[in-house]
Amino acid sequence: MSTTANNTENENATATGKLGTYLEAYGELIAERQERDPVWLRQLREDAWRRFYANGFPTTHDEDWRFTNLAALAKTSFQRAVKGSGTVTAEQIEGFRVLGAGCRLVFVNGHFAPELSDVCDLPNTLEICSLERGIAKAMEGSASNGSAPVGCAPEGIEQHLGRYADLRRDVFTALNTALWDDGAYLRIHRGAVIERPIHLLYVSAGAGAAIMTHPRTLIVAEPTSHSAVIEDYVSIGDETAFSNAVTELVAGQDAVVSHFLVERENLAAFNVSTLRLELARGTNVSSHSILLGGGLVRNNVHPVLNGEGAECLINGLFVGAGRQHLDNYMLVEHAQPLCSSRQFYNGILDDRARGVFHGRIVVHKDAQKTDAKQTNRNLLLSDDARIDTKPQLEIYADDVKCTHGATIGQIEEEQLFYLRSRGIEETSARNLLLYAFAAECLDRMPESPAREFVAELIRVRLTDLAQNHQVAVLAAPVEEETQHWEEVR
Amino acid sequence: MSSTVETIRGLAEQDYKWGFVTDIAEDRAPKGLSEDIVRLISARKGEPEFMLEWRLNALRHWFRMAKEEGAPTWANLTIAPIDYQNISYYSAPKKKPQLESLDQVDPELLRTYEKLGIPLNEQKMFSGVAVDAVFDSVSVATTFKGKLAEMGVIFCSFSEAVQKHPELIKKYLGTVVPHTDNFYAALNAAVFTDGSFVYVPKGVRCPMELSTYFRINAAETGQFERTLIIADEGAYVSYLEGCTAPIRDENQLHAAVVELIALDNAQIKYSTVQNWYPGDKEGRGGIYNFVTKRGKCLGVNSKISWTQVETGSAITWKYPSCILQGDNSVGEFYSVALTNNRQQADTGTKMIHIGKNTRSTIVSKGISAGYGQNTYRGQVKILKSATGARNYTQCDSLLIGDRCGAHTFPYIEVRNASARMEHEASTSKIGENQLFYLRQRGLTAENAVSMIVNGFCKTVFKELPMEFAVEAQKLLGVSLEGSVG
Repeated sequence: MSTTANNTENENATATGKLGTYLEAYGELIAERQERDPVWLRQLREDAWRRFYANGFPTTHDEDWRFTNLAALAKTSFQRAVKGSGTVTAEQIEGFRVLGAGCRLVFVNGHFAPELSDVCDLPNTLEICSLERGIAKAMEGSASNGSAPVGCAPEGIEQHLGRYADLRRDVFTALNTALWDDGAYLRIHRGAVIERPIHLLYVSAGAGAAIMTHPRTLIVAEPTSHSAVIEDYVSIGDETAFSNAVTELVAGQDAVVSHFLVERENLAAFNVSTLRLELARGTNVSSHSILLGGGLVRNNVHPVLNGEGAECLINGLFVGAGRQHLDNYMLVEHAQPLCSSRQFYNGILDDRARGVFHGRIVVHKDAQKTDAKQTNRNLLLSDDARIDTKPQLEIYADDVKCTHGATIGQIEEEQLFYLRSRGIEETSARNLLLYAFAAECLDRMPESPAREFVAELIRVRLTDLAQNHQVAVLAAPVEEETQHWEEVR
Repeated sequence: MSSTVETIRGLAEQDYKWGFVTDIAEDRAPKGLSEDIVRLISARKGEPEFMLEWRLNALRHWFRMAKEEGAPTWANLTIAPIDYQNISYYSAPKKKPQLESLDQVDPELLRTYEKLGIPLNEQKMFSGVAVDAVFDSVSVATTFKGKLAEMGVIFCSFSEAVQKHPELIKKYLGTVVPHTDNFYAALNAAVFTDGSFVYVPKGVRCPMELSTYFRINAAETGQFERTLIIADEGAYVSYLEGCTAPIRDENQLHAAVVELIALDNAQIKYSTVQNWYPGDKEGRGGIYNFVTKRGKCLGVNSKISWTQVETGSAITWKYPSCILQGDNSVGEFYSVALTNNRQQADTGTKMIHIGKNTRSTIVSKGISAGYGQNTYRGQVKILKSATGARNYTQCDSLLIGDRCGAHTFPYIEVRNASARMEHEASTSKIGENQLFYLRQRGLTAENAVSMIVNGFCKTVFKELPMEFAVEAQKLLGVSLEGSVG
């Protein structure tokens, strides 16, 4: 008994020790923002901080984290990235450009970099600014007796920020809410149609030490608006960084929004991103997640269908190689009747990569006539790769149509044979099938510059993967040859 | 004043003396769980030393678990706390001298069997079913032993096996479900009173379906059964298990353990129809059914098949599993689980693929009506060594009424690139047009629902032996009574 008590004490002590850097960062941030944050925000941060500090990081005993071990993340001590850390030039950013995109906001180590951004001027259609500026303007506005600030109308921020993402259930959301420095604020006006996708680029650039950023994004799509947003996580250099992003997307009645998440950071990066979608009546929201990079990645998508007739598409592709760990956690909540949701996730895993798919559909009591589908398909390219998939249905209404399916397999011999019998050599045939499997997710995206952009990223990634395989195939006989040669000698 | 107290005390004592629920005199251990109780059980059963040691080990482990973790809470169930010290762990019908024929069996007992339709009589014998009836923990009658003995098949109560075949017990007991496996398995290992034991020798195909009927009678007596079935190389056995229980007010705990072992080329088919008292409409009373069932395909080309129809019990917590260790071994799981009124079920299977080219099939059908909560929880684990492993899973849920719930929690873990697995699940309610079609042909709403439900479960029923299949269909109809309209 006494030993157990000691152990728990020790664990507690180490847990607090590990959270020490976060406590420091929080103290720093609070002191810094004393003047700048409005009261409601300070309260929100405090509440979130308490939740985080009380719980600490989850362990694999936690059902939601069963397949993802956070020991490496908890062990590393991350510094809060200060403004101006990491120098990034316009040339470096150029490589990440999305062709055909409209506005672009660039954040370096979590801080807004106006000199690298293209803020477009679309009056009466779109308001776009950094979240911090939005809040600063709101403070100015209230100080000067409510005169409307120019460029960014921030009144929506207080109304929406932190109202959807769940602090209670998810410690990473709590951590982000307590510690965010900056992020993007978007408001698409009623009935506005934004033709070109908006690009939000989050860059982590080395700052000499392992840094952490907590980007926060708020997207308010007003009724009957149309828009597309690309959230893009990249890194310059190969330093370890931890980015813990939270995005809240609020879609008003009959709005149409596509959200793209692209994760292409370096292999030392820790990335936790949480996308919370709030769907009103008649909305059509799609979330496309493309996970290609990152060492340890957790992708949370949590749509709540909170109005009759809302439709939600959750589409994703994850491609892992080396020792990457890609964890996808979906929670689809049907709260109102007559909604439909579609989930499709495809995974490709090579080498020692590990993939996790956790899909949960919850149909609440009132959500009659729900139509929910979920499919997870996985391709394992190596014997050391590993996939854990856990599709779940929790249904409390009776008049529903819910299905889920999961498959795990390898490239079909029959399909290979078919292509080879038509004169395509094996490597090309294999690559073709691999690309076809990945391209299923592209077929579910509407024709747009965003899709072109994602398609190109996937093509490059899969070519890399295929080349690795080719190298492996070529390397084997070479080894044999040397052996043989030695024997002869 | 004092005389009043005395009178009351006298009355109370009287009540205690004659107030038993059953009319059969019982040999019952005092309530509570301790090493002494375990020693008492072991002594009563005249067990050898190794059994007592094994039980005590399990009990110590259970105490540790109870103290540190408590009962498992991960299942999607609401369980009222159980006071393990308020249960009597041993009760046996009054001992009688060796029984020669059925005439010597207590007529009261025979009447109870009659009521429950348990065929402990000539007719049933001719129909080729050997019955090992368990009445409150001690086997009273075993039939068809002679014929089985001729073929070398051992089919007897667990206590008898401990006496007569201790070497087999020693070799296999706890090898599939060790006492450390889970909370209820540890409890069972410590205090189990009886159960069935089957050993089918090399190359023997068991000539008949072996069957046991369990029945819980004494109020507040937990039943802790332990079944061990071993199919030696090339053997085949089909085992049926069926349960009924009379109405009781208090929750009764049932924590059984079933272990199956299939050696090279052996096959075991295990079928269950479980219809214990589910409690009344408000969910009072009813059996807690916390069972650990697991089979090990130890040898190459072996096969274990579970089929279950779960319609009873207030709470069901049950995951019949297969460890597919031998190359080319096969595991199957077919299940129908029905929850009506306030019943809760968290049931499913585990398929652990270890050997090469191992295959498993899971077909699960869940039906929820009334306020019932029905959960499928399954795990398919394909380890690195399981090259060419194959799994197919299908779990469907049917909802009847708007207060019930159906949930699916599959866990799929694959570590081998050559493995193939498919998982499909669906949840829906009975279509209005299907009901309309049947009703316009003159069926009542209730019959129409019953017919649709039976169609829904057909793929599982066809895996059941004939007599059971018929019984199961009737059972579903009875269990769904009052859920429509």
